[in-house]
Amino acid sequence: MSKSIQLHFELPGNDLNLAGEASSKVKKTLNQLGLKPAVVKKTAVAMYEAEINAIIHAGGGTLTATIDQESIVVVVRDQGPGIADLELAMQEGYSTASEKIRKMGFGAGMGLPNMKRHADLLEIESAVGQGTLVTITVFL
Amino acid sequence: MLEVKKYFHSVTLDEEKCRGCTNCIKKCPTEAIRVRKSKARIIEERCIDCGECLRVCPYHAKKAITDDFAKLSEYRYKIALPAPSFYGQFKTTYSRSDILAALLKIGFDEVYEVARGAEIVTEATKKLLQLEKLKKPVISSACPAVVRLIQVRFPSLIDNLLKLESPMEVAAAISRKKAAETYKLNASEIGVFFISPCAAKVTSVKAPYEKEKSNVDGVLSMQDVYLKVVAVIEKNMGSEALEQAGYAGIRWAGSGGEGLALGTEQFLAVDGIQNVLTILEEIENGQLEEVEFVEALACYGGCLGGPLTVQNAFVAKTRLKKHIDKAKNKAVAVTVPRHDELMWTLDIEHRPVMKLDDDLDKAMKKLEELEEINEKLPGLDCGACGAPSCRALAEDIVRGIANETDCVFLLREKVRALAMEMMELEAKMPPVLDKGQTNGKGENGTRRG
Ligand SMILES: Nc1ncnc2c1ncn2[C@@H]1O[C@H](COP(=O)(O)OP(=O)(O)OP(=O)(O)O)[C@@H](O)[C@H]1O
Ligand code: SF4
Ligand SMILES: [Mg+2]
Repeated sequence: MSKSIQLHFELPGNDLNLAGEASSKVKKTLNQLGLKPAVVKKTAVAMYEAEINAIIHAGGGTLTATIDQESIVVVVRDQGPGIADLELAMQEGYSTASEKIRKMGFGAGMGLPNMKRHADLLEIESAVGQGTLVTITVFL
Repeated sequence: MLEVKKYFHSVTLDEEKCRGCTNCIKKCPTEAIRVRKSKARIIEERCIDCGECLRVCPYHAKKAITDDFAKLSEYRYKIALPAPSFYGQFKTTYSRSDILAALLKIGFDEVYEVARGAEIVTEATKKLLQLEKLKKPVISSACPAVVRLIQVRFPSLIDNLLKLESPMEVAAAISRKKAAETYKLNASEIGVFFISPCAAKVTSVKAPYEKEKSNVDGVLSMQDVYLKVVAVIEKNMGSEALEQAGYAGIRWAGSGGEGLALGTEQFLAVDGIQNVLTILEEIENGQLEEVEFVEALACYGGCLGGPLTVQNAFVAKTRLKKHIDKAKNKAVAVTVPRHDELMWTLDIEHRPVMKLDDDLDKAMKKLEELEEINEKLPGLDCGACGAPSCRALAEDIVRGIANETDCVFLLREKVRALAMEMMELEAKMPPVLDKGQTNGKGENGTRRG
């Protein structure tokens, strides 16, 4: 049986200073495992976008990364407002971010499209009022 | 002269001066320093020569290996290549031509300004940005410490690097060629010496990553050359003809200079190793794709803040500004080279020094162990174990270069556990000594009461 590694992080919803920290730690781990730079990069971009979305749109959540011989799977889960129209949300430039969030440099509506571009597989489950579950898979 | 090892780097330790404090281990951006037996040790393959440890050491125990001035005597024709930051070291009573003339007085036959090389690189960069489809943002390769940081910690950004020769290499190649032609000299008769603000540039000459061999023969510390120059410099000793570079090249000495010269709005300039780390992290996360060019310099204030400079970066900046303003009145024509002639001839490689094991399964196992050990450590990052953080100690343990008992807290726990065990053992009497088991035959020997 081959091994797998699991990393788990809480994503605080109220502290934007910590936004990106979980991704940064996962990335460090991927480099310690000696994974290919291209794989690390793909994971980094997709994971970072998912992490930020959970923090700014959903008041925080959790991030779990599982790495085995075949793939990296990053699951970002939140109990926020959910996404009403996923197809719309996936479009480039679509964003519901507030003026305040935009001032901080987020809200270009590029996060989800970026995630799709970099992940090998992207699954998003979302229910209004219940939350969102994003699963990113990158093959090694 | 200098011996070149597999991973050459030019920052070294003065054993005598080092007291084994923890200042440097905490500042190192690649966690390359450990304290062992009261002395700091540099893990060779991790060092990027950024010079942070040189700056932070209260005992001045870290130094950069540079060439000795005496090396000039090995050559018939000696060319000085002053880095643009050199001008910022002197009082503004002296003009740039005075500084250049003084270099001729201390033993050089010719001076070629690296600032001039910078202008050529700028032109080549502009063309490259125009003609070729490069991965955005393009990251400047002007600072070798940043390039090495990318090799070690951000391998996915290697493709973003601007793969053009540095101003120093361009200056060296041009001046060497000209001297050889003009004076009919053999290559071995010409000595090209760079006057360096930092250790990183020394390394880029002794162990270049972008080509087989550097065009530079020796690297002198700016501090050493400064001392020689102040001894001979005089006001109005130089003629303006010595000045080949314009303001755009001189400006490269400070943060933003390279970017401004490109004339693009979409550039970002970052200086100081910690700030550079933040920006590289953002680029890796895909956050700065709208930026065309990133100028990243390891030193605060850019090369003016280099560890081998004399003046602090703020004073030097004010002084340099005078030279820049003066040069603004002067137009210089840059003969535009073909940018492809300035491309790197070697591609740089990822230096996977953070990797725990070549085998993924084994690496995972080590990572698991690392996490388990890390859990046990107190999380104080006190540095008493000689590693920069508890996590770094955990990593050292799984790499087999440290022990759990290097942690003073774990050691104390172990000692306490041992003491407890000893007390327990002491309470248990071996059968021969136990009162209850005596066979009644006399009582010679030890017996506890
Ligand atoms: N976890 C989430 N919970 C609730 N809504 C979300 C979540 N993730 C995305 N959304 C919705 O989808 C929209 C588009 O997301 P996307 O990440 O593409 O853009 P953005 O976050 O608004 O801007 P950017 O990512 O460019 O900073 C968001 O504005 C938001 O309305
Ligand atoms: S910023 Fe300049 S002086 Fe500092 S390490 Fe880089 S090249 Fe050297
Ligand atoms: Mg987003």
